Amino acid sequence: MSFEFQSESESFIAVDGVWKSFDTHPVLRGISLDVAAHSATVLIGASGSGKSTLLRCINALETVDAGSIVVNSELDVTAFNADLDAIRRRIGIVFQSYNLFPHMKVLDNVTLGPTRVLKRSKKESIEAAMHLLTRFGLEAKAHDYPDRLSGGQSQRVAIVRALAMEPEIMLFDEITSALDPMLVGEVLDTVRELREGGLTIVMATHEMPFAKEIADQVCFLRDGIVWESGPANQIFDAPQRAETQNFLHRVN
Amino acid sequence: MSNPVPGVDTVYIDPLRQERSRKKARRDALIGIASLLGFVVVIVLLVGRSSGWEAVQKTFFDGDQFVESFPGLLQAFWLNVRIFLIAEPLILIIGLLVALARTLKSPMFLPVRVLATLYVDIFRGVPTILVIFLLGFGMPALQLPGVPSDAIFWGTAALVLSYGAYVAEVFRAGIGSVHPSQTMAARSLGLSLFQTNRFVVLPQAVRNVTPPLLNDFISLQKDTALVAVLGPIEILRRAQIDTSANFNYTPYVGAALIFIALTIPMTRFADWIAVRSARKRQAGGAS
Repeated sequence: MSFEFQSESESFIAVDGVWKSFDTHPVLRGISLDVAAHSATVLIGASGSGKSTLLRCINALETVDAGSIVVNSELDVTAFNADLDAIRRRIGIVFQSYNLFPHMKVLDNVTLGPTRVLKRSKKESIEAAMHLLTRFGLEAKAHDYPDRLSGGQSQRVAIVRALAMEPEIMLFDEITSALDPMLVGEVLDTVRELREGGLTIVMATHEMPFAKEIADQVCFLRDGIVWESGPANQIFDAPQRAETQNFLHRVN
Repeated sequence: MSNPVPGVDTVYIDPLRQERSRKKARRDALIGIASLLGFVVVIVLLVGRSSGWEAVQKTFFDGDQFVESFPGLLQAFWLNVRIFLIAEPLILIIGLLVALARTLKSPMFLPVRVLATLYVDIFRGVPTILVIFLLGFGMPALQLPGVPSDAIFWGTAALVLSYGAYVAEVFRAGIGSVHPSQTMAARSLGLSLFQTNRFVVLPQAVRNVTPPLLNDFISLQKDTALVAVLGPIEILRRAQIDTSANFNYTPYVGAALIFIALTIPMTRFADWIAVRSARKRQAGGAS
């Protein structure tokens, strides 16, 4: 996956003053955040702090009420006339509940996007899909239906399905929260590999040791606000604000 | 002196328990059969000893009448089968299109949505037989050029319109039964709304509503007899004619048997599909 980026110093994803509410319930209250290209940003915070909603806003599954999200200084995700399909081609997302298509075999789950959206040939898509499935140790499952997979395998297939679109950015929305503790590792290994491959990653997670390991930047969200953010070792080892300390104390 | 570790697929049942449950199964089967036989004997005695039974037997269960009318009934039934075979695919198409029309969200499609809703409201609200009367007698009376005046045509059209409204609602329920996260996942891959429906939502929706759809098929098979009110000689009309010619109701019983011969296999098939899809959903509950 090779893409031309502007400059490394400039923020690749610029989230600026984003507000979002559901009915009368505010979820994001003026969130600003910069993500550098090829970096991993980890969102931490209690359930309901706005992590999922922020991720969904970044690939336009939710519309924002105010503020803007711009990718690579050229793709305005929040514009009124934004090309949603183009945004989602460039920004992949993986959900907590896998959301595989149960009526399709694993291979068809993975090739659906490339054949129908990228208009690639069936042969080319299958080759690329098999290549990805093999890379993540799933080649034996290619012709199974999703109900034959374990949770960890399902989630890895969901990651492969998103990767098959060759996105520049991957969003991970608590992808290990629904997994048996024994299966968390294999999914996190996958994310680690993608991180090393240079993909830009924004991830909401409750796996603090993992967050500490892979994050370039950690953002602690609380009540829809970026309460504190900074490099991983700063946030985890020397959090400045009492709420951050309190949160980390409770999850550890 | 370590105990042997059982293999992972070893099944072990205590022989005493197995013998006991086998005995219980045998006893349950015997009790069931005895109870059923007793029930049949009671019914036969009750009906057979009623004072009117002889007269009923003569007018409803006359062997000669049955043999005489049966071939004609069977031949007339072929018309019912043809009406059914033509109506069913049309109903599926109309039902699916109307259900999809009602899911369109763009303001541009407001007229389509309003029309689809009106269609369902009207045709689901009017008794099928009334639709058949209105179309069957009304449309030919208009004498519009190019509009057929054939009773079979309008009878079938009325069935299609009436059942189309029901089936549209079944499909709509099916679309609603697919979890929104499936749409979200498809959209997040860049699939358009149309592609999301075509490849992700509809295949699952159709699978979820196959049992109720088959139920409507069975109902339609029977309701082809309603076309009789317009005059074409299908099975019910044939039975009616035979009945009034001989003052004997046996042909009605013959017609009923012919319907049952077709609907019972269909019902068992629908049950089988329902059980199978329920089992499938249980197995695949995770995603």
